[in-house]
Amino acid sequence: MISLFARGFDRSTAAFILVILGLAFAVPLSNLMLPPESVFYVPTYIVSLWGKYACYALLALAIDLIWGYCGILSLGHGAFFALGGYAMGMYLMRQIGTRGVYANPILPDFMVFLNWDHLPFYWWGFNWFAYAAVMVVVVPGLLAFVFGWFAFRSRVTGVYLSIITQALTFALMLGFFRNNFGFGGNNGLTDFKDILGFNVQAAGTRCVLFAITCVVLATALMLCRALVTSKFGKVLIAIRDAESRTRFLGYKVESYKLLVFTLSACIAGIAGALYVPQVGIINPSEFAPANSIEEVIWVAVGGRGTLTGAILGAVVVNYGKTYFTSGALAPYWLFVLGGLFVGVTLLLPRGIVGTVQHLWADRRQPHTPGPDPQPVGEPAPAE
Amino acid sequence: MQVDRGGFRQLGWVAVLLAIIAAFTFAAAPLRAAGLEEALAHFVMDDYSEIEAGITAVAESGDPRSASLLDALQDDRLFYSAEQKKVFYKDTSGKLFDAVTAAPVADGPADIDTVGINNRLRRAIDAALGGLTLMSPDPAKRYDAAQAVFKSHEANVLPAIEAAIEKETDAGIKRVLDEARAAIILNADDADEADKLAAVAVIRARGDQDAIALLQGLPAETPPAVADAAKRAVAAISRELAVWDMAQNAWYGLSLGSVLLLAAIGLAITFGVMGVINMAHGEMVMIGAYVTFVIQELARTTYAAYPGLLEYSLVIAVPAAFIIAGLIGVLIERGIIRFLYGRPLETLLATWGLSLILQQAVRTAFGPTNREVANPSWMSGTFEVGHLNITYNRLWIICFTLAVFVALLAILRFTRLGLEMRAVTQNRTMAAAMGIRTGRIDALTFGLGSGIAGIAGVALSQIDNVSPNLGQGYIIDSFMVVVFGGVGNLWGTLVGAMTLGIANKFLEPMAGAVLGKIAILVLIILFIQKRPRGLFALKGRAVEA
Repeated sequence: MISLFARGFDRSTAAFILVILGLAFAVPLSNLMLPPESVFYVPTYIVSLWGKYACYALLALAIDLIWGYCGILSLGHGAFFALGGYAMGMYLMRQIGTRGVYANPILPDFMVFLNWDHLPFYWWGFNWFAYAAVMVVVVPGLLAFVFGWFAFRSRVTGVYLSIITQALTFALMLGFFRNNFGFGGNNGLTDFKDILGFNVQAAGTRCVLFAITCVVLATALMLCRALVTSKFGKVLIAIRDAESRTRFLGYKVESYKLLVFTLSACIAGIAGALYVPQVGIINPSEFAPANSIEEVIWVAVGGRGTLTGAILGAVVVNYGKTYFTSGALAPYWLFVLGGLFVGVTLLLPRGIVGTVQHLWADRRQPHTPGPDPQPVGEPAPAE
Repeated sequence: MQVDRGGFRQLGWVAVLLAIIAAFTFAAAPLRAAGLEEALAHFVMDDYSEIEAGITAVAESGDPRSASLLDALQDDRLFYSAEQKKVFYKDTSGKLFDAVTAAPVADGPADIDTVGINNRLRRAIDAALGGLTLMSPDPAKRYDAAQAVFKSHEANVLPAIEAAIEKETDAGIKRVLDEARAAIILNADDADEADKLAAVAVIRARGDQDAIALLQGLPAETPPAVADAAKRAVAAISRELAVWDMAQNAWYGLSLGSVLLLAAIGLAITFGVMGVINMAHGEMVMIGAYVTFVIQELARTTYAAYPGLLEYSLVIAVPAAFIIAGLIGVLIERGIIRFLYGRPLETLLATWGLSLILQQAVRTAFGPTNREVANPSWMSGTFEVGHLNITYNRLWIICFTLAVFVALLAILRFTRLGLEMRAVTQNRTMAAAMGIRTGRIDALTFGLGSGIAGIAGVALSQIDNVSPNLGQGYIIDSFMVVVFGGVGNLWGTLVGAMTLGIANKFLEPMAGAVLGKIAILVLIILFIQKRPRGLFALKGRAVEA
């Protein structure tokens, strides 16, 4: 285990992890310890905002793991993120107890409102944090496993797989928008009060959540780094670059893909679970196909197949989004986002981190090309 | 004036019907005026049963103005003065007239008051008006009146119905009149059993929801034999209606399928030839719809001097949308997509980015709200085939889709471009080795696909809201069609679109619209397991890269 983690420390990853862990301590400390007039004081809303970015970064990491290293472009990863979020949201709903508008000790407000007289079975157990925490991983993981098992076994690849994942999240969105699905319809789950007995609105809780998110992010980064540098990871890269050849060499391509896809979904679920208490709401629009595609562009901007790039991309794009959509420039955000999609794929196919790494490697060893994010070989025949 | 009632009624109806009022002798005119005056006298009493008698009397007076007077009563535009014992009415613009002489009255008496009516009287007025319009020279009015009588089946209209049946020449209206008569007989207490049984048969032949409602709502004292026949008729009608329901669903499904086909066919071509998914395809549809909007606006404002232009603006919009969307498509291919060949996933992302930009550009230019595109008159309205409701715009769209489909088949089959496109679809490298300029084919294919999307936009502008999000609503469904039907084969797209359309509409009544859609998506996800390359996959030897 230790050696597994030790392998995760190449130099740039180590630097990244240090920065993340540093933020995990510095930001909460400055929020809680410094007086508001200090230059280094971080207001609570910024803590939550950056906590949100950290969740997105974790999600981007999950996408990079399958897209960057296994060539699976999922346009439905938002679904796993949202499912994790809903699992956490259900726990938080049950914690409201009698403080809801209808003061029903068992049923959440929206169920009382819809005249439900008992808790549906799939809500059972969500009053325990441990159960919810398990579900955060199990539900997205299980869905990914079943979906992946079907999809990979019958060799659905490339754009077909992308479209099918998009259909998956679209179908889930339609379902969760329904009131009788039992997840609050279009309002989703909100109005949370406590998490493990602490007020979710309190600055202290927010700081702790931020710190936890950063630590989880750093751990996930190490884990993914260890995974992709292991022999398992080499096979993944081989699948990405030449799937048929890998299969002919005797590797069970489907099993590798299924495993990494499920793992990625679990990470996305955890990201969603950390996201919900920090933003205070989860609703079906998280399932929107547009969201899932946007998540892919974070990875593309940062650099696919670099892991650190995914984190950087998620933060940079979302920071840009916050910057643009909160000011007079709001109508132009979609131009910027659209331009990012076009520009990055055309001009910066390696992304920020990938390009830097490439240049770095070129300068030191001009003859060995850096990690090439593009599949080698023939262009895919339209078949 | 004591005249035998039945005889008078007959006389009156015939008189009105034949519109020989003008030819009436001088002597007859005061007689009828007196009839109306006497009838109107009931309205002065301020008593509901008197007013009801008045309604009947006015209807039976045979005066040509009785319909408009009853209309006025219905709309609270009929007034009376108890002191002067006179009745007045206001026309729709609010001017006051004397009800008997129809002379304008400058200012009414001081105690003028509305003739009050209640719901029972409203029904009586409806029935009376129904009886009056049964003789209208306008066939549409007669038809509506007969239907109204069928629904109200007021016993006192029976003589009017029978008179109308005798006079009616239009077979369709006559049938409805017969049905109305049957409805009255079934609800009358004094009709004998044989008549009632015959009436059940007539209603049974009508065979729609209204017939079921009528047969189920028979009075309690209906003889058992009639009630039994009615029950059997209801069962038979229900069975028939279920079949018609299926047919209606199939029609809706065809209609949805043709819309999907229009939206997806361009996508299928570009995917087939170039192996790229164009996420901005929906935006091409949207642009086509906006082209329609702009052309209609131009026809309405700048070129308002040519009134025929608005009516046929769609005819102009089809080539315009094709050219504009096609040109944008060529630009996109030359500007972006050709740099991304061999990287289908990146193309997907780049075109998605493009779709965001196009959406926002249209939103900036035209505003985020829905734009109204009018249906030309030749595309609005409905007609019925049996119990099938068919709207003209849907019918046109189906025909239009088929025309586009056939045209496309012809292009692919008979033109040089089509030949080269098929060659590139089957084996790009070999086609290039044979001297086909694949880059040019790519650009033209993309232009063609986008142009067809633009045409789809023209069609969709007729049945959907024209907003910047128009394309988004169709893009996932179009993908499903392409995935389901397979690429490189237009027939696959046709079958895929129609199957999805019909399956959607059949699942909707069973499971609700949303669950039906989810079921379709799940089915496609499962289907893909079985046939990962779609229903009509292109067969080839190349191992996928």
